[in-house]
Amino acid sequence: MTRNQFISSLPKNLFAGFVVSLIALPLGLSLAVASGMPATAGIVSAVVGGVVVALLGGSYVTISGPGYSLVVVLLTAVTTLGGGDLFLGYTHTLAAITLAGVLISLLGVLRMGKLAEFFPASAIEGMLAAIGLSLLVKQFPIMLGLEAGDGNPLIKLLKLPLVVTEFVQSAPESASTLAAGLLGVVSLVILLFNSSIRNRYYQQIPSPMWVILLAVGYSYYCQLRGIENPIRPELFIQLPDSVESMIYHPNFDLINSWGLWSVAITIAVIGSVESLLSIKAVDNLDPQRRRSNANKDLRALGVATAISGFLGGLNVVTVISRSSVNVTQQANNRSSNFFHGMFLLLFILFFSKLLNRVPLSALAAILVYTGYKLAHPLKLVAAVKVGKEQLLILIATSLITLSTNIITGIFLGTLITLLSHFVITRRPLLFLLHLFQPNVLAFKEKDTDSFYVSVKYFCSFLNLFKLKSKLDAIGATKTVVIDFSLCEFVDHSAMQTVENYIASFEKKGGTVSTIGLDLHGASSSHPFAVRNLTTENTLGSIEKLFSRRQENLSKMSKEYGWEYCAKNQPIDPSLYRFLFFETKPIVHIYNTLVDPISNGVVQDIVFNEGEFIARESARVTALTIKLESNIPSFVLDKEGLLDRLNAIAGFGDLTVEGHNYFNRKFHLSGSQPDKIRSLFSKELIFLIESSPIYLIESSGNELLILKKDRLLSPTEVKALVYFGRELIETLACNSISSNREISN
Amino acid sequence: MNQSLHQHNPFKRMLFGFAFSPSLESNLHEVVRLAEFFDSELILLHVGEKTEEKQKKVSSIVDATASSSRVCEYHWITGDPHTTLLDSTESLSIDLLVLGAVQHESLFRFYVGSVARKLTRSVKCSVLLLIKPAVERVACKNVVISGFKTSTLPNTLFQAFYSAQCLGANKATIVEEIANKSVKVIVDDDRSLIRSLRKKRVLEAEENRRVAELIDQLPAVLTDSISVQKQAIFGKRGYSIGHYAEVTRADLLVMDAPVKTSLLSRIITRDIEFILSDLPSDLLICRAK
Repeated sequence: MTRNQFISSLPKNLFAGFVVSLIALPLGLSLAVASGMPATAGIVSAVVGGVVVALLGGSYVTISGPGYSLVVVLLTAVTTLGGGDLFLGYTHTLAAITLAGVLISLLGVLRMGKLAEFFPASAIEGMLAAIGLSLLVKQFPIMLGLEAGDGNPLIKLLKLPLVVTEFVQSAPESASTLAAGLLGVVSLVILLFNSSIRNRYYQQIPSPMWVILLAVGYSYYCQLRGIENPIRPELFIQLPDSVESMIYHPNFDLINSWGLWSVAITIAVIGSVESLLSIKAVDNLDPQRRRSNANKDLRALGVATAISGFLGGLNVVTVISRSSVNVTQQANNRSSNFFHGMFLLLFILFFSKLLNRVPLSALAAILVYTGYKLAHPLKLVAAVKVGKEQLLILIATSLITLSTNIITGIFLGTLITLLSHFVITRRPLLFLLHLFQPNVLAFKEKDTDSFYVSVKYFCSFLNLFKLKSKLDAIGATKTVVIDFSLCEFVDHSAMQTVENYIASFEKKGGTVSTIGLDLHGASSSHPFAVRNLTTENTLGSIEKLFSRRQENLSKMSKEYGWEYCAKNQPIDPSLYRFLFFETKPIVHIYNTLVDPISNGVVQDIVFNEGEFIARESARVTALTIKLESNIPSFVLDKEGLLDRLNAIAGFGDLTVEGHNYFNRKFHLSGSQPDKIRSLFSKELIFLIESSPIYLIESSGNELLILKKDRLLSPTEVKALVYFGRELIETLACNSISSNREISN
Repeated sequence: MNQSLHQHNPFKRMLFGFAFSPSLESNLHEVVRLAEFFDSELILLHVGEKTEEKQKKVSSIVDATASSSRVCEYHWITGDPHTTLLDSTESLSIDLLVLGAVQHESLFRFYVGSVARKLTRSVKCSVLLLIKPAVERVACKNVVISGFKTSTLPNTLFQAFYSAQCLGANKATIVEEIANKSVKVIVDDDRSLIRSLRKKRVLEAEENRRVAELIDQLPAVLTDSISVQKQAIFGKRGYSIGHYAEVTRADLLVMDAPVKTSLLSRIITRDIEFILSDLPSDLLICRAK
């Protein structure tokens, strides 16, 4: 970004920063209070986060500040580290946060940004759901104006209805509870139904801000009417009036105790995971498709966390919700993060008296809403759609996280995912033996600009990073074909990751296609479902469950008027008249596509090479066209692979006069040299020279055309069909002109 | 056969250690055929005692092959299989040791047994590992050669092309594995990606030039009518070439012998270990004598 561009985009980023700060203010306050720390702690972390990460970070449109995932951890630390003394606990927790900041920076220096990618998708969803539920469950009573309770979140979840009855019972008697509770409920309603209010001016202000305005408005209303605000004073935010009293310093007395370090490590690991996942997600939102340097961001976040902890604030992470608002407001560089921090500082310095009129129940409503979004029941439905085992992983991870803690939850969730893979494939050795082996090969195919990536053994969250680093090294502007034919098992996380790459490549002008998945059995028809080749029922699946490639072929066929059938077809014996298939027994044929214009038939053919099944099955996509009139039989191939067979049959390499390039690049042979030479007119040779072709063979009344020695991606199939049409046309023109010659 | 070709024969004496297993017949047919193609003398060795019956059985199978005259010596030595074969390759001046691989339960995967694995590392001559010996010949069309830069590469290329020519292959692909380390650019974001791609292009061009020079230095009769291609692949050195051979369905894979055979490097499993545990095709490991 040039200097001029930077200056001209300042107003946009300024405004975006302002809007984000409107959300960050109530969120920061509520997150801090929920963590058992003074309300300003949230603001401190947002200010420090915004400034430091804007200056040192490696991402482009992210917003940094306090996050959701560590609220419960921090609260536990505050209550236990001080041995009952909450203030002491707070300062000890600050020490843990500062140490965590150093650890996070270290992770960035060690380039551990890839760490987050090891956790399977469903386990992460389960963890997020558990975080959401704990948040919700903890803040629910506060929202209703009641006291927060202690105890296991799981038990509290079950006792949620009791909280409601408690409110209903105590509200009529206590005006404070009634007022606070009603305010809380109304705030929740505002948040829940925000999108239903279709007023343009209303939508300009984000809903959490409306909640603040409502609370403040109510307080002023009481003041104007001369009534005392019924809500008890201790149920309000209590912001200090001077800057000095907002800043607290950490107490490092416990530095030698494992208790402090365990909190620090938890904050570092979970905070990094939350940030890394958010950075990845925000990269997908960036309209300019820029790729962030996650490790640089981690280093910046670590420094920010350490400074924030030192000044009394919460830990700093990259937050997805505020970042997405940032993107929606058309921010395009890190200055919006900086401005969001600055605006928050202004609010806290000059508007603290105003903010003191906001009761905690309103803030609690914001958190209940956030928790609800994280643990939305629709996520369960989404998980089932992918596969039953994903639902199991999600629920198990949630329950474990709720009853123990986040780290135990995510690790056990990962373990459960691994066990589910063992069960599905019934071959644990497949994973254990090949876990540390490289399984991804990538190279640029000759004479084309496309890259071929082959994945072997298995592809799951355990070794996904290998595939990802190859794809990242190729670059999103290139054409890539990923072949899973040699891969026996592909899990949900891998399918999801491949989909993400398909999307991100598309946006930068490249393409990613997958081949070789059509024979894998899947547990559901969802594109992210686990693909498994280790069980026996491989043929049945072609008919029921479409792979993405088959879906694309089907769509393309509809668009261009071709007939498409994914099912196995009976093997046409005329295929064996081709020299190519002479020693290759065909096992089966599927994904048949018929082009009415050229009468060409495109098929995926699975065959064995050599006798005694010396090899695994090979697969190739071939085009066959039945000709109306006979032409001489010939074999034209680029690499002379069929040369030896022809040499045995007595046919040498033919050359066509006047076409040196063609003669050099292609091997042409057949039983009638003169007729073949006259068939290969200038136009035909030109057509063949200008298209990447692997093999063209004529058996006299039928043509066999292979573009590559493997399965083709849908785009390549389209090119093959068009080549077939041009070939037929050129042959037809040749026969007309040669007939004319003969008749002359 | 072709005299001008066979004058370059690097495998004048071949050794095959045979056992009385169900695959004895196909093994013998295969090695005799190989000896014929390479124009070599074949020495058959059995680790165990000689008996009249055993000799008769072996001789009858050999006589049934098309080129039984290739077998010039039989040896019957008792002792430890590994040391026996190792010593014999020395004492009998063997140029090429032929060993068989074992089939996995899944039928399409082959791996090298422990004795063969040890021999592969310890012998001082070239080793040929066969995956599916058959009574009737399966044609060899496609040879993949590792172009990894070592001091013995010229010799490896020589042996590779001699074998390819004798076996009647049409195509030889010389694979240059460009390790990520040599690219030396860590891809973090867009800028570093462009740098990395540029560096890879430069490396690939350098490798191509180096290999082309070496091939030009080979006798013309070795490269005659074989289509030579170069392919750069990016991946873990030693492993990727096996995967490539599998993907392109190569019939023969030719590599240099591993130089560092210390215990440590074997524990950290690199190079040939990966390929030995999952052979994609017949494997020729070349050594200069």
